[in-house]
Amino acid sequence: MRIEVRLFAGLRERHGFDARTLTVPENTTVAGAWALLLPEEPFPDNVLAARNMEYVGPDAILSENDEVAFFPPVTGGAR
Amino acid sequence: MNVRITAQPFDPWAEVQARQAARPQQAGKFGATAVFVGTMRDFNEGDEVRGMFLEHYPGMTERYLETISAEAGTRWDLVDTLIVHRVGELHPAEPIVLVAVWSAHRKDAFEASRWLMEELKSRAPFWKKEQLPESSRWVEHNTTG
Repeated sequence: MRIEVRLFAGLRERHGFDARTLTVPENTTVAGAWALLLPEEPFPDNVLAARNMEYVGPDAILSENDEVAFFPPVTGGAR
Repeated sequence: MNVRITAQPFDPWAEVQARQAARPQQAGKFGATAVFVGTMRDFNEGDEVRGMFLEHYPGMTERYLETISAEAGTRWDLVDTLIVHRVGELHPAEPIVLVAVWSAHRKDAFEASRWLMEELKSRAPFWKKEQLPESSRWVEHNTTG
């Protein structure tokens, strides 16, 4: 099945792309998508994930056409 | 309940006035308005900061702010809320975020505005990249408040 993966902020800059379409096996998890996308980098503890724009954990199971986003810790508002 | 993301500078005080003017049916219903404005500093962690780029996740950011606005309305007795957040290139002294809460009483207004701001900071998908005199860096943790 096909999924869309997006990276934001420092992750996007470090890996040099912002979006990629992946073909993954059925029942691939969020962490599994990361491993297929970036096999050289273990899933970092502080990376957040969203599936179709809702926060999910690394064990969430993906479906056809899902949009999965990975991003660093968020830092909105005034500091 | 209203949420707006803008790439243009905004005047938080004008936003509060405009929101009230646009909802005359609320006049007389609220006795308390709590307003938080976050403004860009020209220093952070001991360094001079000349500018900042604020990135967001179009779609998810708005949805997240709408979700916490709705949740605030279930936790406290509120008349209205307004969140405005800048994105894109910012300069020191420009407003970054406005959180305004209207309620019958001050306790709900104060508590809901504080809660909204903390939820926004800890979970809303925004990322800051600071421009220093010689370099730039992504900010990857928040101050404690």
